[in-house]
Amino acid sequence: MANFRTSRRNLLKGAGAGIVALGTPHIFTRNAWANQFCNDPGSGKIVFGFNVPQTGTYAEEGLEQLKGYELAIKHINGEGDGGLLKTMKPLALKGNGVLGRKVDYVTGDTQTNTDAARDGARRMIERDGAIMVTGCVTTGEAVAQQSLCQEMGVIYMSGLTHGNDTTGKDKRRYGFRHFFNGYQSGVAIAPILAAEYGKERRAYHLTADYNWGWTQEESIKNATEALGWETVAAVRTPLGLGDYSQYLTPVLNSGADLLILNHYGHDMVNSLPQAVQFGLRERQANGKNFEIVVPMFSELMAVGAGDAVKGIIGTQNWNWQLDDEGSKTFTKSYGEAYGAPPSQSAHTGYVQAILYADAVERAGTFYPPEVIKALEGFEFDGMGNGQTLYRDTDHQCFKEVLVVRGNESPSSRFDVLNVIGKTPREEVIYDPSIFGGELGPYEPNQC
Amino acid sequence: MFSLSRKDLLALAIFTVVVLTMPVWLAPFGAAYPGLMQKFAIYAIFAIGFNILFGLTGYLSFGHAAFIGVGSYTTVWSFKLLTMDILPAMVLAVVVTGVFALVIGYFSLRRTGIYFSILTLAFAQMSYSLAYSVLTPITNGETGLLLARDDPRYLDALLGAQANVAGLPQPTLLGSSVAGYAGFYLCAVILILTFFLSQKVFASPFGMALRGIKSNQTRMNYTGFNTKPYMLAAFVISGMIAGLAGGLLSITDPLAGAERMRWTESGNVVLMTILGGVGTLFGPVIGAWLIKYFENIFSAINTNMLNTAFSFLPDGVQSFVVTVLSKFVGEGWHLTLGLMFVLIVVFLPGGLVEGFHRFMARLKRRSAAPERVSSVQPAE
Repeated sequence: MANFRTSRRNLLKGAGAGIVALGTPHIFTRNAWANQFCNDPGSGKIVFGFNVPQTGTYAEEGLEQLKGYELAIKHINGEGDGGLLKTMKPLALKGNGVLGRKVDYVTGDTQTNTDAARDGARRMIERDGAIMVTGCVTTGEAVAQQSLCQEMGVIYMSGLTHGNDTTGKDKRRYGFRHFFNGYQSGVAIAPILAAEYGKERRAYHLTADYNWGWTQEESIKNATEALGWETVAAVRTPLGLGDYSQYLTPVLNSGADLLILNHYGHDMVNSLPQAVQFGLRERQANGKNFEIVVPMFSELMAVGAGDAVKGIIGTQNWNWQLDDEGSKTFTKSYGEAYGAPPSQSAHTGYVQAILYADAVERAGTFYPPEVIKALEGFEFDGMGNGQTLYRDTDHQCFKEVLVVRGNESPSSRFDVLNVIGKTPREEVIYDPSIFGGELGPYEPNQC
Repeated sequence: MFSLSRKDLLALAIFTVVVLTMPVWLAPFGAAYPGLMQKFAIYAIFAIGFNILFGLTGYLSFGHAAFIGVGSYTTVWSFKLLTMDILPAMVLAVVVTGVFALVIGYFSLRRTGIYFSILTLAFAQMSYSLAYSVLTPITNGETGLLLARDDPRYLDALLGAQANVAGLPQPTLLGSSVAGYAGFYLCAVILILTFFLSQKVFASPFGMALRGIKSNQTRMNYTGFNTKPYMLAAFVISGMIAGLAGGLLSITDPLAGAERMRWTESGNVVLMTILGGVGTLFGPVIGAWLIKYFENIFSAINTNMLNTAFSFLPDGVQSFVVTVLSKFVGEGWHLTLGLMFVLIVVFLPGGLVEGFHRFMARLKRRSAAPERVSSVQPAE
């Protein structure tokens, strides 16, 4: 029979060895534990999540954006002609993926619906292990996804969102916006409007009756009233209205000589042609030509509005006809890939994906707080918008804002908007505290 | 009170097992992640509630999404004003939706058939517009109602239970988190309870009265049976269950958006019920799962994935197959769903449950058939 009794000496020796053995992995892995975060790619695949509307009201813009993302993945992985990696300064990406590893992606359909957008983002994070989620065409989608991503501890790079709330009242530490906003539109368009239409105008607003419309109306009103304009009335129109005649008739007798349409997408595609058919632009009021302004433009909307868009002034984030190196390069590689010039929706998506990848490369890790710090206060150039700053206090990009005018004699289907002015970055910078909101913590949650 | 017939008890047992083992059997379909399974459970609850009205009484409500919306907003406001605990939130969601359903039901139920549907649709669209713009101070409009770190949460403050977390507070059930799988099991348990409730309603005299209303309301009235309170009760119960589903949506994901109240969402629950089988116990649940599956998984398949899936085929064939199939997945998922809906309505008017019954009947006949053949053979 074996003797299982142990001496005191052996027991102490064994206990000591056991403690050391238990402690060792802890000492070696403590750093790893500290850096554990949601969807840490470790040695697995690196997945980006592209969540855009592929059906619903803004499907067209969403699909454009998706093309931009797919092109960005190619260029990050070193396929194709490299695109903006050739012009971006400073650049950390090497054209061999991110941190030397190839990037994969998954896609989702937000259906232009905040619930579906969050479902899609959760699928990407929980099932597909996405390290970053990006894409949207409305401010509702952007805010919904970015607050979800904050809770999950995954960085969200918003796509096309123009409402002030995304980087204002509802800003988040994990959300970043490259696109401009309603406030910047107002500031940028004002001097051009003054130069074109004089300083004594009586403006009449028709505003889409939801959050984005109101913030834009407020921004434009403040900017134009600072010029000396008078606001006759600001009328709210329900979203998705087909027939605007009941809202256009009162404009005639209001004593206004300029109509501002705070409409986007389908609303604008309906309201602008109806206003033009109403004969508003042939009218004289207060001894001046009656004018129409659409503060926020996109190429797809301009195409949809057809001839009515000719001569109308608005603002844009980016236009493929810009002649800087970055814009030319991007238009060329996008055109080669898809056979048509890119829209601003494709551009902002493309740039956001590149910016995220570049920030990871600079941070040297996927650990979100480090990547966020790499993006905050980042100054870059050569992406088509001139010198650009990602402001650290609200995660909003600051760059030139374009003022465009509907082309009177378009040479092609894509040649609908002409750039008539650029408002420099210094003029569109504002104090982040005017919108309130708070960014929240850096430390990621576990998902 | 809690007794069930043997057949119902068996159904409940099967249902419980199926729901609780979702993380296992959904894995091969790529749907076993908490986010989607929570949606599966919640929309099944919603469809069961809708079926109590539509399946039993035949009154087609086109405005049930409004109840989901009211439940969601109530829950988020309870999180903002009272406490992060989900129990008061759920109770409030059900109660407030019940009152709301009482008001809408009182007016809508004065008409039957298509007029009833249109009235409910009108109320729902009205609620949607109110939530989207007019009531923005309450609903936060397009952006959706979100939690904030500095919300008052009076009850939590009173009890000194204010969570000291750096980020946003999370909903809890008596102090434990309901994120991820915990959230799914919470929804799953509530789904099973709702299923049990619907079994009780189906088997009760109340359910029988509702079926009577469906088959011939005029005759019921002539026999001296006042159908109005029954209808209203069914409408309110159905609305309260929808409110509970809305509350759960906000509990698992603390945000309420106006899009939840759009008519497309109301239409969705009608589709779910018809797809699965109107007036059956399992039908609405199956329909809800199928539609949510298509919406979340099919829409996420892109040409890249198809190319890898069919890489075993020769080049030409592969690109052909991928080109054809890509029209039905990704952005084309609506097309697939629509096709399936048409096929089911044309060939299986009773929904998938009818399909299942037919299949079982055929199996039985086939297993019975050889005996007859063998017994006939010797005579030849």
